[in-house]
Amino acid sequence: MSLTVQSRRQSLTPELTRLNREIEEHAREYGLDFYETFFEILDFEEMNMVAAYGGFPNRYPHWKFGMEYERLNKSYAYGLHKIYEMVINNDPCYAYLLECNHLVDQKLVMAHVYGHCDFFKNNIWFSKTNRKMMDTMANHATKVRKYIDKYGLDAVESFIDICLSIDDLIDHHSVFIERKAKPREGAEEPIIIKKIASSEYMDDFINPKEFMDQQKQKLEEERQRRRRFPEQPQKDILLFLIEHGPLETWQRDILWMIREEAYYFAPQAQTKIMNEGWATYWHAKIMTERALNDAEVIDFADHHSGTVAAHPGQINPYRLGFELWKDIEDRWNKGKFGKDYDECDDYISKREWDIGLGLGREKIFETRRVHNDITFIDAFFTEEFCHEHKFFTYHFNAERGVYEIADRNWKSVKHKLLFSLTNFGQPFIYVTDGNFENRGELLLEHRHEGIDLRIDYAKDTLRNLYPIWSRPVHLKTLVEGKGKMFTFDGEKHSERKTDG
Amino acid sequence: MVLNIEQDYLRFRQIVRGRIKQDLKKYISQGELIGKKGKDFVSIPIPQIEMPNFRFGRRNTGGVGQGDGEPGTPLSPGDVDEDGAGQAGNAPGGHILEVDLTMEELAQILAEELELPRIQPKGSARLRTERDRYSQISKVGPESLRHFKRTYKEALKRQITAGTYDPLNPYIVPIHEDKRYLSWKTKQRPESNALILYMMDVSGSMGDEQKDIVRVESFWIDTWIQTNYNGVVTRYIIHDAVAQEVDAETFFHTRESGGTVISSAYELCLKIIDEEYPQDLWNIYIFHFSDGDNWSGGDTDRCINLLKTNLLPRVNLFGYGQVESTYGSGQFIRELENNIADADNLVTSRIENREDIYQSIKDFLGKGK
Repeated sequence: MSLTVQSRRQSLTPELTRLNREIEEHAREYGLDFYETFFEILDFEEMNMVAAYGGFPNRYPHWKFGMEYERLNKSYAYGLHKIYEMVINNDPCYAYLLECNHLVDQKLVMAHVYGHCDFFKNNIWFSKTNRKMMDTMANHATKVRKYIDKYGLDAVESFIDICLSIDDLIDHHSVFIERKAKPREGAEEPIIIKKIASSEYMDDFINPKEFMDQQKQKLEEERQRRRRFPEQPQKDILLFLIEHGPLETWQRDILWMIREEAYYFAPQAQTKIMNEGWATYWHAKIMTERALNDAEVIDFADHHSGTVAAHPGQINPYRLGFELWKDIEDRWNKGKFGKDYDECDDYISKREWDIGLGLGREKIFETRRVHNDITFIDAFFTEEFCHEHKFFTYHFNAERGVYEIADRNWKSVKHKLLFSLTNFGQPFIYVTDGNFENRGELLLEHRHEGIDLRIDYAKDTLRNLYPIWSRPVHLKTLVEGKGKMFTFDGEKHSERKTDG
Repeated sequence: MVLNIEQDYLRFRQIVRGRIKQDLKKYISQGELIGKKGKDFVSIPIPQIEMPNFRFGRRNTGGVGQGDGEPGTPLSPGDVDEDGAGQAGNAPGGHILEVDLTMEELAQILAEELELPRIQPKGSARLRTERDRYSQISKVGPESLRHFKRTYKEALKRQITAGTYDPLNPYIVPIHEDKRYLSWKTKQRPESNALILYMMDVSGSMGDEQKDIVRVESFWIDTWIQTNYNGVVTRYIIHDAVAQEVDAETFFHTRESGGTVISSAYELCLKIIDEEYPQDLWNIYIFHFSDGDNWSGGDTDRCINLLKTNLLPRVNLFGYGQVESTYGSGQFIRELENNIADADNLVTSRIENREDIYQSIKDFLGKGK
């Protein structure tokens, strides 16, 4: 490991150390609560490397990091973006500062980082994350390197390639579900074979014993066959593959690591808007109320406005989150919620509503503890907010060949926003049968919610699943409203109609 | 310090090189490339670099945005996040990667993939040119070329060494020895001249699809020839019943309708060459694309005559590409092949669809002149 935390930590200049102490103090006084946080200073190449590694100084070798690194380096070189800060959800927290930044930027970044650190520590969706991920990542890297030494780069890399194809097939809620080995419910019903009605003395002739036994056996086999595996559709397909796929030990281990990393990163994607908004809220607060000196105001304003700039066709999570937090604080300070407020239909008095409740600060701290992006938007994205901040939905106008604004209806904006957040905008895929047609084949099903899958990608994904399962893999979905099943049998793709 | 990630980066580059080779055919026929950046860089999007996963198709579902405008106000294309359609969820993946290659590298890859022999620069066309580049730093020079940053650095170094630097009061005063100036280096480079002349039939039977094929094909030809010659000149001629010289923009976008008199283009072409590009100084490449539906047999004879006696002796290569069209008889290519069989600098190629572009370039440039 060429970049060590220990050696670098010393390199915070005396001036930055002083500033850091100052800002940390401000943050604590505001009530932010975080693990101990270490800052390191990196030059832009190191920063890009760490960013390509997802924030960590050390990852397993794989070209995808090289790809990301190149992208970051190029866009930095062309002046398209600049990473100001990065922070790792870990205990202690590690954060990085870019060497060439102005002091005012470093102050802002520090304040921003303390916002993130507070969020990591206190938001419930992070409560199950591995707080020693720094070490775990390094261990993963070591293990993969060992496997490469043993089995060769090509074998290991190709397997990781395949895993990347499916690393989003996890169940983000499963970490909160405690699964117990549950006994099968109730005793199985006895098998009853229908008899042809007959009088008792004729029974042996009409329903002969051999035939009846045969029937019974047949029904039992039938039941055996129908016994589902998994019993319930399972969304954590990675786990299913790890548990049931015929993998080599090292492959299972790698798949396990990839799953662990996917679960580690999941809450960050789940709370992007809240988390960035929270950090932005706090850097604004700390800087404007405490840490800024007169000479720095313009630079701060410039940087801050860049962070929260609106781009017409996109949602800027920093901006949306920041504005929502401010809005929540304001509403709870003034008491703009509840029955009286909701039922008031006078525009003026609603707008100037202020019963001096002063619960704003308390409310945002509570909110940052229990919500994720979806519930956050659902609970706090109000009609007033939507109009005030000029949200709209857009669609593609095929006639004009451009994207254009569709409407500003609050409900449809919220609906679209929530939909894009649901399952991170990814389709819901479940494994429903690990013994499909009693031939040990794998059946996945797509829960169709109005948008078709991209078929060529889906087929290639099936192709990548095959080496893991070693038997034909199927995917059931809807294409243009009609049920379809796609299959890859190890050599070729095929598809057939299903009834839905 | 060597970063860990260098290995991953090199590995990625290797894969990209390999990937380009495999997918080159697909690129060419899909036409998904083509941005020249700076002087001699192209950027090539490789959208397939990401591993496939289960995802939604049909990206035109729209999304949520923020800003001014009434319903119906169009958004500028750059504003829309086409991939995720306004996704706030920060879905992982979905990188579109631009890989910059120098023209040199690209031509290398093309040459490997297409198995093209190199075109040799021509005898008397070899010129040497000298160029001054301000790429050096010197301790002496005129004040107007003073390099501020280097000078500052030197002064800073000196003051730190001398212990006169105070971080709380960081005044840097350069003295004479600190000053650094930009300086130049003279580079000689061989130069040879090439003319590429594209002719296209824009008569009523050439549709948008046909023009698109021409566009993609000529880009690749252009790219490849650019790397083998300095100072490549491209000229464009369009013709229906009459020929005219146009700029690139017009060449690729015009849709005319009218009859087809191919000889008109050949005559104009000959005129341009005779007046401006003497063959002993220029490598000349001519590519002509048509759907092969000439107006009359008499004109076709005239074309063949022009080619035989005037054009072919002057040029390194004359490529005729016939784009498949629903209307044309496509007779012209057969006439050429039947009547001019012995000229080794005439190459004909049939391009039935986009898939054939790759083969067609091989036809044209596989010979090498």
